[in-house]
Amino acid sequence: MSKQPERIFIKGNEAIARGALAARCKCFFGYPITPQNDIPEFMSSEIIKAGGDFVQAESEVAAANMLLGAGAAGIRAMTSSSSPGMSLKQEAISYMAGSEIPAVIVNMNRGGPGLGDIGPAQGDYYQSTRGGGHGDYRHFTFGPGTVQEAYDLTIRAFDIAFEHRTPVLILGDAILGQMKEPITPWVPEGVDDEAGRDWAITGRTNARETAREKRLIKSLFLGEGELAGQNRHLQAKYDAWTDMAECEQFETEDAELIICAYGSIGRIAKSTVRAFRKQGKKVGLFRPITLYPFPSADLKKLAQAGKRFLTIEHNLGQMVDDVRLAIRTVADSDFFPIYPGNLPTPDELEAPILACLEGK
Amino acid sequence: MTEMQEKLVFSRPESVIDRPTHYCPGCHHGIAHRLVGELLDEMNLAENSLLVASIGCSVFLYNYLDVDAVEAPHGRAPAVATGVKRARPDNFVFTYQGDGDLASIGMAEIMHAANRGEKICVVFVNNTVYGMTGGQMAPTTLIGQKTTTTPAGRCITHEGAPIRMAEIIASLGGVAYAARGSLDSVKNISAAKKHLRKAFDCQLNATGFGFVELLSGCPTNWKMTPVQANERLQNEMIPYFPLGVFKDISEEGGIC
Ligand SMILES: Cc1ncc(C[n+]2csc(CCOP(=O)(O)OP(=O)(O)O)c2C)c(N)n1
Ligand code: SF4
Ligand SMILES: [Mg+2]
Repeated sequence: MSKQPERIFIKGNEAIARGALAARCKCFFGYPITPQNDIPEFMSSEIIKAGGDFVQAESEVAAANMLLGAGAAGIRAMTSSSSPGMSLKQEAISYMAGSEIPAVIVNMNRGGPGLGDIGPAQGDYYQSTRGGGHGDYRHFTFGPGTVQEAYDLTIRAFDIAFEHRTPVLILGDAILGQMKEPITPWVPEGVDDEAGRDWAITGRTNARETAREKRLIKSLFLGEGELAGQNRHLQAKYDAWTDMAECEQFETEDAELIICAYGSIGRIAKSTVRAFRKQGKKVGLFRPITLYPFPSADLKKLAQAGKRFLTIEHNLGQMVDDVRLAIRTVADSDFFPIYPGNLPTPDELEAPILACLEGK
Repeated sequence: MTEMQEKLVFSRPESVIDRPTHYCPGCHHGIAHRLVGELLDEMNLAENSLLVASIGCSVFLYNYLDVDAVEAPHGRAPAVATGVKRARPDNFVFTYQGDGDLASIGMAEIMHAANRGEKICVVFVNNTVYGMTGGQMAPTTLIGQKTTTTPAGRCITHEGAPIRMAEIIASLGGVAYAARGSLDSVKNISAAKKHLRKAFDCQLNATGFGFVELLSGCPTNWKMTPVQANERLQNEMIPYFPLGVFKDISEEGGIC
């Protein structure tokens, strides 16, 4: 009889750190900010035990640039932060996108703008899905809703980062980071620390290679037509991600009204949907798991099937733009905002959903 | 009659790629590049080297040195080099930065990389201006020096005093070697090369952070001929930025 898989009871922050270690993350660069401190604290000892290295950087600017360096060297590396720190990381993220450096970045979204608060919020959706820095770029973005999903998606984030040579963002929030849940940890097989790194700076001779031409990783393109070429190349890469979009659909099949919500709010809305279903009300949930690429095609199919939509976010309306873009030729979406500083219970979401369902 | 024979006595270091540079006549970046190239050859480092290029006139250094390279955002080269070195501790990692890059926008990154004692080397080219963007004031601009943003000359009560980086870096715990050389004369150039060699050695022996400031001319933005620029370097810069070694623990061993 096979052994029961191990279950552990941990916070979302720790799940992300453990997921990174399972994915053979070898360098972590952090800076203290609530509500993500468990990640650097955990990593400061555990990544060293795993044979990697940890640096508490002097700022988020430096942490993100250290990440850029480690990624350019072809090593699996990660940084984590929360909203104010994410603003500072955008410079390096733009450079990483421009010079196609793989890296994994975590944002445990807190309330903003400015110093905001330290509670959960989804105000960084635009920054996370539009390329938060300068220039015309995007990066892959996951929006996990549970602690298990945070663990799983962290592992996948590393594979995607290296397969597509892109920064990958994991967008959680203060709830996901601080909440404890039982999860089943797993370790991916076949992660090779050096395979497929034929672009990385390793020195012209390293253990696996004989002397070769020098390699250059850069985002400066001054030659005639060069930058346009690079932008075209990047755009083609982003376009190809469309097929990688993922979502969770819960009770959508016969639903009249679809709630669109991601991350923690998606999870709370799921409880509300369950409660409505017990009352026989035809409500379903559409929860994007990849925020970029956005699962537009799946959403459009629901619109074509005649559904109505209500988007609920922990902000004043950001993802609703993507929902509307996805369904624009067929339908529209209502919107219900949750302000930062408030954390809705499933019951509190009933009234706006009911109002929408009854066409009020 | 004896036959005249041509004998090559001075050639390009192998680590320096054979191509024309984009530098202005009389610019000292080329000399600094050459010194680095000579040492990469002599110390047999080219194949193991990872260069972190910075933003300034020297951004194209990665086109001139035959080593793997990554381009860092403006001022962030020491942070990028930290990431590179932590990821690949067996490689030789160095940055090459101007004074605007290192002593202004990148002040936090250089101070902390040095203080952590990162096992990297920093080649710091101080030409007292932002060369690439057209000669604006740098943190190292001398008092009274006219630049495009200090048209009446730098004033100590308005812009503060020029920063002496080698001395500041020497005061930090993780630093193994900090020195200042100058690229104005044959004598000073060969002293500068010795500084660089020592700084490189500190990384190879894992002693600590190595820092070499190189006083350099920017005739274009100083609005001088190359000869005048050299004279200014000797008569005005060296008196304010004294040459020498400010810290050297290489003889004493590591500082961990
Ligand atoms: C974030 C950012 N700010 C400003 C610039 C513009 N910029 C390019 S080079 C440079 C200054 C370079 O001066 P220095 O480091 O002294 O190098 P030099 O050209 O003199 O060798 C500046 C400000 C930039 N590229 N990025
Ligand atoms: S502007 Fe100054 S630093 Fe830049 S290449 Fe010309 S002389 Fe050299
Ligand atoms: Mg300069």
